[in-house]
Amino acid sequence: MQSRELSFAGITIVLCLLVGYLTPNFLVLDNLQTTTAFVAIITIAALGETLVIITKNIDLSVESMIGVVAYVVGNELTQKHLSVPEAWMFGIAIGIGLGAVNGLVVTMLRVPSIVATLGTLAIYRGIAFFVANGRDVVLGDLPVDYTQPAYQDFYGVPIFVILALFLIAVMAVIMKYTVFGREIYAVGSNADAAATIGVRARVTVFSAFTLCGFFAGIAGILWGIYFGGIDSNTGLNESLVVIAAVVVGGVSIAGGSGTVIGAALGALFLGLVNNALPILNVDQSWLNVIYGAVILVAVLADALIQRRSERNKARSRLR
Amino acid sequence: MTLDTKGGGQDHAGSATTNSPIAALAPLVRWESLLLIILVATILIGNWASGDFLTGLNFSNSINNAMEVAIMALAMTPIIITGDIDLSVQSMVGLSGAVMGVLWGGLTPLGYVPLPLAIAVALLVGVIGGLFNGVLVTRWGLPALVVTLGTLALYHGLAQVLLGTNVVTNFPAGYTDFAFKNIPGTFVPWTFPTFLILAVIFYAVLHRTWLGRQIFAIGKNKSAARYSGVRVGSMRTALFVVAGLIAAIAGVILALRFDSVRSSNGANMTLTVVTLAVLGGVDINGGKGTIMGVVLAVLTLAAVQSVLRLVGVSAYIEAAVGFLLIFSVTAPLVARRSRDLVNRVRLGGQSPSAGQAARNVAPSRGGGV
Repeated sequence: MQSRELSFAGITIVLCLLVGYLTPNFLVLDNLQTTTAFVAIITIAALGETLVIITKNIDLSVESMIGVVAYVVGNELTQKHLSVPEAWMFGIAIGIGLGAVNGLVVTMLRVPSIVATLGTLAIYRGIAFFVANGRDVVLGDLPVDYTQPAYQDFYGVPIFVILALFLIAVMAVIMKYTVFGREIYAVGSNADAAATIGVRARVTVFSAFTLCGFFAGIAGILWGIYFGGIDSNTGLNESLVVIAAVVVGGVSIAGGSGTVIGAALGALFLGLVNNALPILNVDQSWLNVIYGAVILVAVLADALIQRRSERNKARSRLR
Repeated sequence: MTLDTKGGGQDHAGSATTNSPIAALAPLVRWESLLLIILVATILIGNWASGDFLTGLNFSNSINNAMEVAIMALAMTPIIITGDIDLSVQSMVGLSGAVMGVLWGGLTPLGYVPLPLAIAVALLVGVIGGLFNGVLVTRWGLPALVVTLGTLALYHGLAQVLLGTNVVTNFPAGYTDFAFKNIPGTFVPWTFPTFLILAVIFYAVLHRTWLGRQIFAIGKNKSAARYSGVRVGSMRTALFVVAGLIAAIAGVILALRFDSVRSSNGANMTLTVVTLAVLGGVDINGGKGTIMGVVLAVLTLAAVQSVLRLVGVSAYIEAAVGFLLIFSVTAPLVARRSRDLVNRVRLGGQSPSAGQAARNVAPSRGGGV
């Protein structure tokens, strides 16, 4: 963990204690469990978004991928077409497929990722509408062994959180110690240099988008488990939350820097803010203002840090 | 029509470093004629699919539905030409409507503000919001994409804070008539000539003045533009301000048309606005585009949406717009590739443009292949 992540973790803990001091309802096991379980879903989606943003791209379609997977998995289980493990596999496969389509449009058809995923954001939502055809999946129709994990914990830690921690650890190792991980950073920080040393940028970017679909698939399945009721609007507007989590966690939107641990901390931070608002009697309608402000502050801080490091570099060159 | 199309193209070409005007003109004219063909085809399909398509009522409804996004697409065009983008316009639609609604509806400590004043404040909010975007992008050097993604959330959030769950309605008939009714004796809604007048103004400024030439110059090469005396930062900021103002106007029109102000007004409009610009032939990477193309795109999309609505699949309009967006970005590339392929086959791999294509691909393929 770098100093930036450490200081951010510090801020998050201080915020936690402050809110806990102001209101007794916050630092209660029950509240912390529900909060962190939902944070785990956003974190898992943020892992994929982190990879994409590090390659200097962006994926706006995450929310629709979550929606499609959540609905399809819930629907298959309600209709008893598939067993629970099969439905999991199916959902993840759909996520990978949708992510791969994004990757193909960006790398093969050369559409800028912002435009490509703005398009697929609408198209995937259309798929969810098509599959749902106006019907909702209700909690009562879902098999118990599918929805059970929402209430399970391991020594007080929700199962969702354990899964998220495991995935964060795996991705942190991959990003730091594998060729693939280093290539993601290389493509994002300097595509030309990366090409010179033999990184196939298109393959790397395609993989990042595909992995983003994979993680969105897992997030979609967990979403269904967590909420039980699923309609074709599931996940609406969550892309902004996921992207806000990633950039507030210190992943540079200019590509090439940031860590999955930072992104996870960003998701935790936003989750805590979200949870603290009603407890502090602040109206929920402020949430979007906060998300927007957080994105702007994060990108400003990013630019300031970069400017300072460039100035330092210039100064050291003069000496 | 043909003359106009050529006029638009020539202007665009005029700002480029033209070694051969006809060559530079060719792809543009072709794109706009392609749009015209799609428009005519859609009208024919619509007429075949539903007897209600070619009626005055349907014309009036479809045009009315499209006018808010249409005027925003006009303002988005120069922004994309300079290489920026404004994702926040849909939230500005909601925010300006909310400002107008809370002032007029007496939801603020100021009591009941007269509607003209409330509208003026709403438009001022649009200018301020656009200025905020522009200053963050140009003065602070932040990427437009992220800044406007942030303000997309911010402005929407402000609208939610202002309105809460309130809905303001029952605006005076004199105002809603403008947004909703037709010009007496015709099936042309009042908003249509408004759009056309704005389109003429945008056309004139973008294609007939030095301001427009500066905008194209910025899109082609920012530092070259700066060295030749274009005030790049001020120009880009001004374009964001215009986009904010136009989005605020669209917000006021939308609120009056539905006679309802709620915080969800404008949701998903950014997708359609960007699609209209790109479908109209504006290069998403900047430097190219015509107002004529965008006007054609507005009519085409209005026709497509109308057909989808008439055959009863209005739930998929958004998805169709998404398809059109990706289609219009990829179509020129696919066309160029297939032309190169044909040339290569015909000339035995010696086509100069095929060579150029290979050069384009080289950096991303890298040395690892």
